[in-house]
Amino acid sequence: MRTTVALAGNPNSGKTTLFNELTGARQHVGNYPGVTVEKKEGTYTGKDFQLHVVDLPGTYSLTAYSLEEVVARDFLVNEKPEVVINIVDASNLERNLYLAVQFLEMGTPVCIALNMIDVAKKRGIEINAHKLSDLLGVPVIPTVARSGIGKKELMERAAHIVQGKKTYGPLKISYGADVDRALIDMEKEIEANNFLTQTYPVRWIALKYMESDEQILDKGKKANPELAARLEEMVKKVSHHLQETLDTYPEAMIADQRYGYIKSILKQGVIYQKYDQNRLYSSDKIDKVLTNRFLGPIFMLTIIAGLYHVVFTYSEVPVGWMERLFRLLGDGVSALLPDGLLKSLLVSGVIDGVGGVLGFVPLIMFMFFGIAILEDSGYLARVAFMLDRIFRIFGLHGSSVMAFIISGGIAGGCAVPGVMATRTLRSPRERLATLLTVPFMNCGAKLPVFALLIAAFFAKYEAMIMFMITLGAWAGALLVAKLLRVTVIKGASAPFVMELPPYRMPTFKGLAIHTWERTWQYIKKAGTVILGFSIILWAMMTFPSLPESTLQKFEIQHQSLLNSVSPEIVQQLERTAVEAELSREAQKLKDRINRLDRKQAEARLRNSVAGRIGIVLENVSRWAGFDWRTNIALIGGFAAKEVVVSTLGTAYSLGEVDPEQSRSLSETLANDPNWSPLVALGLIVFTIFYSPCFVSVVCISRESGSWKWGAFAVAFNTLLAFGLAVLIFQIGSALGA
Amino acid sequence: MRINMRRMHDNQFGTIAAIKVAGDLGRRLRDMGLVPGTEIRIQGRAPLYDPVALRVRGATITLRNNEADYIEVEVTE
Repeated sequence: MRTTVALAGNPNSGKTTLFNELTGARQHVGNYPGVTVEKKEGTYTGKDFQLHVVDLPGTYSLTAYSLEEVVARDFLVNEKPEVVINIVDASNLERNLYLAVQFLEMGTPVCIALNMIDVAKKRGIEINAHKLSDLLGVPVIPTVARSGIGKKELMERAAHIVQGKKTYGPLKISYGADVDRALIDMEKEIEANNFLTQTYPVRWIALKYMESDEQILDKGKKANPELAARLEEMVKKVSHHLQETLDTYPEAMIADQRYGYIKSILKQGVIYQKYDQNRLYSSDKIDKVLTNRFLGPIFMLTIIAGLYHVVFTYSEVPVGWMERLFRLLGDGVSALLPDGLLKSLLVSGVIDGVGGVLGFVPLIMFMFFGIAILEDSGYLARVAFMLDRIFRIFGLHGSSVMAFIISGGIAGGCAVPGVMATRTLRSPRERLATLLTVPFMNCGAKLPVFALLIAAFFAKYEAMIMFMITLGAWAGALLVAKLLRVTVIKGASAPFVMELPPYRMPTFKGLAIHTWERTWQYIKKAGTVILGFSIILWAMMTFPSLPESTLQKFEIQHQSLLNSVSPEIVQQLERTAVEAELSREAQKLKDRINRLDRKQAEARLRNSVAGRIGIVLENVSRWAGFDWRTNIALIGGFAAKEVVVSTLGTAYSLGEVDPEQSRSLSETLANDPNWSPLVALGLIVFTIFYSPCFVSVVCISRESGSWKWGAFAVAFNTLLAFGLAVLIFQIGSALGA
Repeated sequence: MRINMRRMHDNQFGTIAAIKVAGDLGRRLRDMGLVPGTEIRIQGRAPLYDPVALRVRGATITLRNNEADYIEVEVTE
């Protein structure tokens, strides 16, 4: 049987660093059953023993305040790890012990890692670990997770606890006479009725009732409604009494007494502080500048813009490599296979689809590395602190800003890493609202579409239109967030109360593990689903193929072209290498054949499922001034937004259009009677707001934990975008623009 | 003198006298170490004067002004 050790502790106590130090690269990242909270597992190998290590989510307490706390608690109760290693920040001992006391109340075997003992020492804090160990009755080992000091002793002591099989009775603290008396009465009832006792310790159940813990109250009601009601009645009585006599309630009383208990322990010669504990440290001095009323925002803009610039500039090269690799692969397959469906499926469906996903990988890695630096150094918490006031107006959280910026808040990001960056948000409603609105930002793939339309219709006002597009995206995203927060994601915002951790130098190991983990998850999960989607889109744009009669017509035209010139010219065309200079006649013939091929491609696209959908949709899309060609292009844009440009190219018989060089296409559009600046404006707005590309949809579904939200994003955004486009077209037309 | 935390100025010291809120917020405040009798100092405020940052038990905690409203603080001046 394998022995399980759970790592628990406050956020910022160095828990993750210790976990990395203990397990090295032998980690497994997954999710706790049914929730999106990450579960990390690994193995520690000691001299003559092996321990299975599970990293519990960082929590301040074991109440049922957040998902993380419930997850940590359920793990302790259901999986019953042999020992819990509680990492406490030695430089912040008093508050960190609050969690430790709650483990002891549960009767879990605990081993305390007194972490960051070096930082504490530097701050003039001396801690007597032996004394603390004696008073709490559990081992206390000083450690420095960053350099691995103390980890061997820590794990040996943990293994020792496992072998010792010593049972720990739950710690009994006095919570004041009134609560204590009621607890004893409740314990009697609970024990007599075997109420939830298979799962939880008796006193702990009583305590949780006293704290009105929602999860336990729910379970109690299901297990024995009659007794549950009686217990709740007993709590109510105490609560009433406390409110009358002391103007407090049981939950607050219990917390007070826990802190009191900790204080009484620390007072017995455990801690010696040379300086006042609220003295300013270098971290606070940095904050004086970085969160300064005037300098703070300037530094923030510079840091974020810098990160953004570095990420998108330096990832360009490896992204280029990936693109080239997949192009080579595509060309290779093209050369090897005969023309036909299989080749088309492999090249356009599989390779382009998977390539589209893997092409993002270098970008995602860079982005996560950058965010990991901001996160691990403690700066991200400051950004949330500074911007919360603005984002709160729209029902979001200060931490939402990173996700927006990464997604293209400064035009040219990408919603995929943006969606994944919402993981730094702790409050579920704000997180969901952020997830659903970040795709409105102008990602790099939307830019070619804007460039095309601007070049065709607004060439003179390029900079201004681009600025308006950015502004429009932000306004739209924030307003929609507000709308969602008062409708589908209604509910009070989660308390903002959070810690600003001291600035710390991130460790390279930590950054690397962080980055790799997230990138790998992206590759694994997104890759499989996206391959499927990509094949479906390919099929929609390929089937049904043109009827035999139409194909023959094209074939006849092709032959007649060849017959119209002398055989020498045909031969010359067939033999000469692609780049070689052709004679005038041969060149003319080549152009004609190309034109015919493009016409055929247009006919094929028009005839395909996607084309037919586009034509049917014309009935509706007329309201916004979009014709069937635009409709198909927009359907294609669901694969990736830049596909809008290349599909428009095919639909206008221009052949494959390179999104970066769409001059001929923009001329065609400018001269087409179906188009006008008004239609173009509508299409720009539509492109900003309509359904996220399917890579984003997959990520949204994954991050929100439900396909429902992915589907919502597709439907809601498309309707919103269409509504706006219709509004623009109809009002504009009425005004005679 | 007992005042509302929102009224405290930067760098002012005080001792928490009462926290008048139950539910999630009350729980969260206690979990972060804010209970009656705790000494605090206002460390500063965000550029838009909200949220506020406090020094508590050697750590820096931030909360929104409308959350600070529930906290009464005993100050000397």
